[in-house]
Amino acid sequence: MSRIVIIGNGIAGITAARHIRKDSDHEIIVISSESKYFFSRTALMYIYMGHMKFEHTQPYEDWFWRKNKIELVQGHVTKILPNNNQLELQSGDIIKYDKLILALGSKPRPMPIDGTQLAGVQSLYSKQDLELMEDNTTEVKEAVVIGGGLIGVEMAEMLHSRGVHVTMVVRENNFWNIVLPEEESFMVTRHIISRGIDLKLGRTVEKIAGKNRVEQVVLDDGSIIPCQFLGITIGVVPNISVLQDSGIEVNRGILVDEYLQTSHKDIYAIGDNAELRNPPAGRRALEPVWYAGRMMGEAVANNICNKARVYEPGIWFNSAKFFDLEYQTYGTVPNAPQEGLESFYWEDQKSERAIRLVHNTEKVLVGMNSLGLRLSHEVCEAWIREGKTLDYALAHLDQVNFDPELYRKFEKDVYASKTR
Amino acid sequence: MMHRINTALIIAGYFVFLAVPFLSYHLVTPNTVYDVIDNPEQASLLESKLRNIMGSEISSFTLQTKLTEGLDAANQSILAKYSLTDDQLSQLSALMTANHLNQQAVDSLFIGEENEFMRNAFSNYGNWLYDKAYASRDAATKVLAEVKNNIDSYEIEPKLGFDRYKKKSIKFSLSKASLKGPTVSSPLLIMFLSFGLVILGALGISALLLKEPVGIKNNDVFRHPATSRKWLGVIIGTFLIIFYIVLYFYPEYMSSWIALVDPLSMLLNGSGAGQFFLYGFLYTISVLVMGVRMIIKYRHNRYQIIRTISVMFFQTTFAFILPEILVRLNQPYYDFKNIWPLDYDFFFDFELNKLIASGQIGIFMMVWGIALALVGVPLFTYFFGKRWYCSWVCGCGGLAETLGDPFRQLSDKSLSAWKFEQGSIYTVLAFAVVMTIGVLYTYFTGASTVLGINTYSMREVYGALIGAGFAGVVGTGFYPFMGNRVWCRFGCPLAAYMGIIQRFKSKFRITTNGGQCISCGNCSTYCEMGIDVRSYAQKGENIIRASCVGCGVCAAVCPRGVLKLENSADDNRFTPNGFIK
Repeated sequence: MSRIVIIGNGIAGITAARHIRKDSDHEIIVISSESKYFFSRTALMYIYMGHMKFEHTQPYEDWFWRKNKIELVQGHVTKILPNNNQLELQSGDIIKYDKLILALGSKPRPMPIDGTQLAGVQSLYSKQDLELMEDNTTEVKEAVVIGGGLIGVEMAEMLHSRGVHVTMVVRENNFWNIVLPEEESFMVTRHIISRGIDLKLGRTVEKIAGKNRVEQVVLDDGSIIPCQFLGITIGVVPNISVLQDSGIEVNRGILVDEYLQTSHKDIYAIGDNAELRNPPAGRRALEPVWYAGRMMGEAVANNICNKARVYEPGIWFNSAKFFDLEYQTYGTVPNAPQEGLESFYWEDQKSERAIRLVHNTEKVLVGMNSLGLRLSHEVCEAWIREGKTLDYALAHLDQVNFDPELYRKFEKDVYASKTR
Repeated sequence: MMHRINTALIIAGYFVFLAVPFLSYHLVTPNTVYDVIDNPEQASLLESKLRNIMGSEISSFTLQTKLTEGLDAANQSILAKYSLTDDQLSQLSALMTANHLNQQAVDSLFIGEENEFMRNAFSNYGNWLYDKAYASRDAATKVLAEVKNNIDSYEIEPKLGFDRYKKKSIKFSLSKASLKGPTVSSPLLIMFLSFGLVILGALGISALLLKEPVGIKNNDVFRHPATSRKWLGVIIGTFLIIFYIVLYFYPEYMSSWIALVDPLSMLLNGSGAGQFFLYGFLYTISVLVMGVRMIIKYRHNRYQIIRTISVMFFQTTFAFILPEILVRLNQPYYDFKNIWPLDYDFFFDFELNKLIASGQIGIFMMVWGIALALVGVPLFTYFFGKRWYCSWVCGCGGLAETLGDPFRQLSDKSLSAWKFEQGSIYTVLAFAVVMTIGVLYTYFTGASTVLGINTYSMREVYGALIGAGFAGVVGTGFYPFMGNRVWCRFGCPLAAYMGIIQRFKSKFRITTNGGQCISCGNCSTYCEMGIDVRSYAQKGENIIRASCVGCGVCAAVCPRGVLKLENSADDNRFTPNGFIK
């Protein structure tokens, strides 16, 4: 029996802890300074909007951890000493480990501009950020959100739900087109505007002004937008500052091999902060998404408790919701035309629904996108893995339809638009 | 602004409703007494005891107090007239000490027409004293007192005077017959000013949702004072609890409200309304108005729209209008979609007799009810899950899914709540089954006790404790405290019965979409049955739970398209999808 210490109680760290417990009787200690108990970070927005209370975002009841002998330590790690197999907490406590799992997550990407220290300016990542946002927005009438990513949309939706007038300043000419192909990006752009958000596309913020509190921002075209709250959501970066001087090899994130092992043999890194030295085909070195964190947690537990196995995340998938518009993606869907890839795209004339099937020149399916409708993960994954053709997919859309019962079917319309 | 106006309408209507009992009064005349009591002798007796209130305008509280006194006084007079006299008692005890008490002696003691009643009564209740030896007058007097008591309460009061059932019914009918005030003189106007304003306000507020874009509308649910166990929720819950207690146990105090729906009752079934007509009316209106709200709220979701129209339809026609029309056509009152054991009195002797006495249609109703319970329920539940009933047809479910929708997030999701639920709901099911077996045993054999338990008291306890207390008072009154499915989750025996089928042999399940779950918890939060949906979704497992009523809201609120209600092959429904280890 050895002592496994996990830093970070997000989805990656907690999945690792649960699976280590399933597969072994190792001593497990999970350290986090953010919260004692695991909660779903993705649900923070719903607390702000009043859909849920914090307790609802906790997937396990408090007795779960005692019952499964997973020790939870609320504390902040200040130093990691790989040579002594130990780490130091802010409280001065020293914790020794046999194996260490770094699941430190991300932190908001800082904005290199003056004025971010003003009151009312913040990012959104942690539970503490949410509490700050609650305090920061009590009297707010107008808000600006910088950045056109998923957290930016969430923040806009949160503020909008409280009757705040929101302006989003987005560098790209169309919303999230660094990920979405043009048509999808257009649809999401239209949707966000239809929900009452003032969307400034192709703009950047030049200046943040205010005395103690933010009062306005100045855009690159000289226009001035008054605001009492400024959200900065220009992405996240791995949260690895604690590793400084530790000797553990880092790049943008903590470098890990295909077994998720760092430069030190007893130390693993998983989740947002892990940077794969050799990412598998179709995957990126850094993947700060829920699902990758969960799969890495499963894999690292397996590597520690059982026979070492290469981390294989399989075919890429992701999902999001922009206000009321759901998005799912599977496999490879490039945001711009790419040599050797073509795609079939259908968009409903009557409602906000779209589907994209990406295929190679042999008409073999490599990726799928959907907006406003639901696709079956199981079927999409199987089709892409088995190399089903476009024609096969179009003829079997009923299998991939995951919309609730009694919904208006899209299969016929999609098929008809192909033959037209 | 519009929101304020509509809120004001609701509050105004609510206060008019509350004011009605205080604006009403009662005026008892000899005629009202003769109208509500068929037996002229009894009527005249009670009338003589109510002289002190005749012709004066009194409140319902005064009426009930005086009426209670009057009925007791009338009973005293009856007893004084018919009960065993001291003289008779002493003669009897003399006979007993001499060991001479027998049928002959009794017959000769109670001679003549005026003593016929006591002659028969004593033969029935005192025959166990015959031919027994009693050492002293004291010993004899003691057992005689017991016999006298039995004759008083089981013969004289029920047959000649006013037993508790008769009292209850007279209190209610006299209260209604003597009622005066605005609801009698202009019921339609008051109806408009109370229910009408509330309905308008509620529809108005629902219509405001149309101005918002389509999509999930749960903003501020956990901040609103009505839907987060705060002050308004406490007020609503308290009102509902009091309303149900009065409805089931003290209907004589609500005659001024019942008078409001008299015109509608006349129209539908040809006679005045009782408390359950008022209840049916309010229930149906609630389902319809809040059903409209549900449809507007989920207008992007066809499953919710069609399902809501279904519960609105079944409540309005099957539960409310059709039974009244049957009564008008001199047929038995019958709700074709109410199913044993939820319909716990289906097999009660008076119900069965009523159906048998109604000829072919009655027999059809009886066969329909039995077939539905024993064949229809398992079959439909196998194909569609219990949702075919619980969230598409049932009246309790209909109210929960419409009036109760704003409270669904208040259900307890903890493991301990689940354990409590299992203990509680299957206990009620067992109680319902045992009670029904007992009642049928009595029906077929005539013996009123099984294993020492009186089946009449058993069914009475079930009716008061489960039928009224659990299903009504707790079931609806606790909406703002424990969510909108308290009865369905913890008490309904039919839900328990269907749940067993759904869990072990059904094509229904909620499928999890691969690995797309982000554990956000919307599904669990908005599950009215308190199922921790997320705990399955985040493991890639299908949700197969006895309690799931298939309302579909978990799938609706899921932001990542993870959940789908399905009927599909039942061989591999417990196999996880394999995307999450």
